[in-house]
Amino acid sequence: MEKFEKLQGIAAPMPLVNIDTDMIIPKVFLKSIQRTGFGVNLFDEMRYNRDGSEIPEFVLNKPQYRNAEILIAGDNFGCGSSREHAPWAIADFGIKCVVSTSFADIFFNNCFKNGILPIVLPQEQVDVLMADAEKGENARMTVDLEAQEITTSDGDVISFDVDEFKKHCLLEGLDDIGLTMEKKASIDTFEAQASAARPWV
Amino acid sequence: MTAPKTLYDKIWDAHVAHEADDGTCLLYIDRHLVHEVTSPQAFEGLRMAGRKVHAPDKTIAVPDHNVPTTAGREDPAQMTEESRIQVAALDTNAKEFGVHYYPVSDVRQGIVHIVGPEQGWTLPGMTVVCGDSHTATHGAFGALAHGIGTSEVEHVLATQTLIQKKSKNMKVEITGKLKPGVTAKDITLAVIGETGTGGGTGYVIEYCGEAIRDLSMEGRMTVCNMAIEGGARAGLIAPDETTFEYCKGRPHAPKAGQWEQALEYWKTLFTDEGAHFDKVVTLKGEDIQPVVTWGTSPEDVLPITGVVPHPEDFEGGKVEAARRSIEYMGLTPGQKLTDIEIDTVFIGSCTNGRIEDFRAVAEIVKGKKIKDGMRAMIVPGSGLVRAQAEEEGLADVFREAGFEWRLAGCSMCLAMNPDQLSEGERCAATSNRNFEGRQGYKGRTHLVSPAMAAAAALTGRLTDVRDLI
Repeated sequence: MEKFEKLQGIAAPMPLVNIDTDMIIPKVFLKSIQRTGFGVNLFDEMRYNRDGSEIPEFVLNKPQYRNAEILIAGDNFGCGSSREHAPWAIADFGIKCVVSTSFADIFFNNCFKNGILPIVLPQEQVDVLMADAEKGENARMTVDLEAQEITTSDGDVISFDVDEFKKHCLLEGLDDIGLTMEKKASIDTFEAQASAARPWV
Repeated sequence: MTAPKTLYDKIWDAHVAHEADDGTCLLYIDRHLVHEVTSPQAFEGLRMAGRKVHAPDKTIAVPDHNVPTTAGREDPAQMTEESRIQVAALDTNAKEFGVHYYPVSDVRQGIVHIVGPEQGWTLPGMTVVCGDSHTATHGAFGALAHGIGTSEVEHVLATQTLIQKKSKNMKVEITGKLKPGVTAKDITLAVIGETGTGGGTGYVIEYCGEAIRDLSMEGRMTVCNMAIEGGARAGLIAPDETTFEYCKGRPHAPKAGQWEQALEYWKTLFTDEGAHFDKVVTLKGEDIQPVVTWGTSPEDVLPITGVVPHPEDFEGGKVEAARRSIEYMGLTPGQKLTDIEIDTVFIGSCTNGRIEDFRAVAEIVKGKKIKDGMRAMIVPGSGLVRAQAEEEGLADVFREAGFEWRLAGCSMCLAMNPDQLSEGERCAATSNRNFEGRQGYKGRTHLVSPAMAAAAALTGRLTDVRDLI
């Protein structure tokens, strides 16, 4: 996995609440057996007309946000299905950080597996970042994972929380499975004990 | 004496294989269910790393999302090229990695969340995961069950564990009795209407109370299925005699001597007196009415007697979301819900594709005809549900009433197979999501119970089922 350290980039505002995974990547694009190539269909039904032409009002179609690397989103972002195609599409588009007041649980976990940093902040602070993002491409934010700080284009600094283990994995670009395999002895011991206690499982 | 524990605490504690200093745990997984959409990249990952499936005996695969539900579906020409590749990939992966498999040709094939319980793979006290958010369904057995992403699917395949931190405990109590015409679907939608789609975020919900106890296993599965729509990691119901009775004799349930041993353990799976819940929601069963969704979020729930709201009735970001929903749904604020005309009815899905759901439909439509021009489809959750419905005569009732009686699969719940809404079509659906485009591009979905869907099929509009019983 690609390391996430410090990101300076354009932030796109998407204030709509409850943006679900069907909006992020509609099911017609779930039929691939690859992990890549989903970016062109990110937010497909909001982003394109049926004939494939772009809907100019959609935020990521606006010239100033086409290269956005950060998304400032409304509450409960990523609700709905478990499809990892959602963070795959986000990452494939080039977005590496999403900020909201809350995320759906499965989507939140999926982000970390794909080098995307989801950041939860209180409403007032999301409002500040949303306003900053509205300024367009001249307003570049900086997200510093090590320091756990976002710096707005005006130089305001906002601190955020992140799970220590997840932070470590993102910073180092670590593969979860490899890490877990190091604990194989614990798993084997547990498995033997559980199998003795609950042999029907 | 140890501190009192919730049911969730007990199942969690029994499955921690490793705990790091910061509380990050490796949770051991008893059952891993797999379908064709979220698994190909995971199996490919194993292959690339030269890894095996750690516990193929605890891994169960079945194709469900892409499969056509019409006769002759063994013919690959019925699927799009992409769907065919995805199903073929599952065929290959199941064989290569040696996991249990129910192919399309097997009568036991169906929606993964219906097949698991039906075959006795899902049992009380287990941990169950699947690359599918509706894994919450299995919580009905007092199993800790939730959806995971594809990277986590690969992690479970390789290690039989999941890296997890414990969620908080939430109790949802439904007191008293339900009124006639009110079902498990109405309970679960009413709860989401109360808490919102983010209300359960960070929690595992335990559903309890007399109205929950009174439900059959089918009804309990309906309730837990939509825990995810309330944002919760999982929903749970403590196992009881209803649960044990359902499990007994299923192909993969414990046999003979082990049954007694299992039963003894299962009877310890309840929340201790005085255990702490971080959040509590209580609804009175008698207050719950048959409900319907008007918008494009499962939290947009109203009793069928209500009217389409005004966006200004809401606060904050929900005002804009409601405006967008009402426009998408082609509705007018103030419009009576019972005046909304529909052209399609979909009865099925992992939420409501079980035998009890079909009995409820048959009761409403027996001897009647669906509205002229209505496209109404009933899709059983598994081949065995289909067979049972045939045996009970329900299928004849449906056919005579004018319903299409289909083969098992996810079908129009998410419309990855040929069963889809066209632009502007409006559907009363027993499924779980009314998101924009969920059932087809620009399709419009109203979530309802099977009985309400049946009523709508007869009248051609959203209908209060209590007027027909």
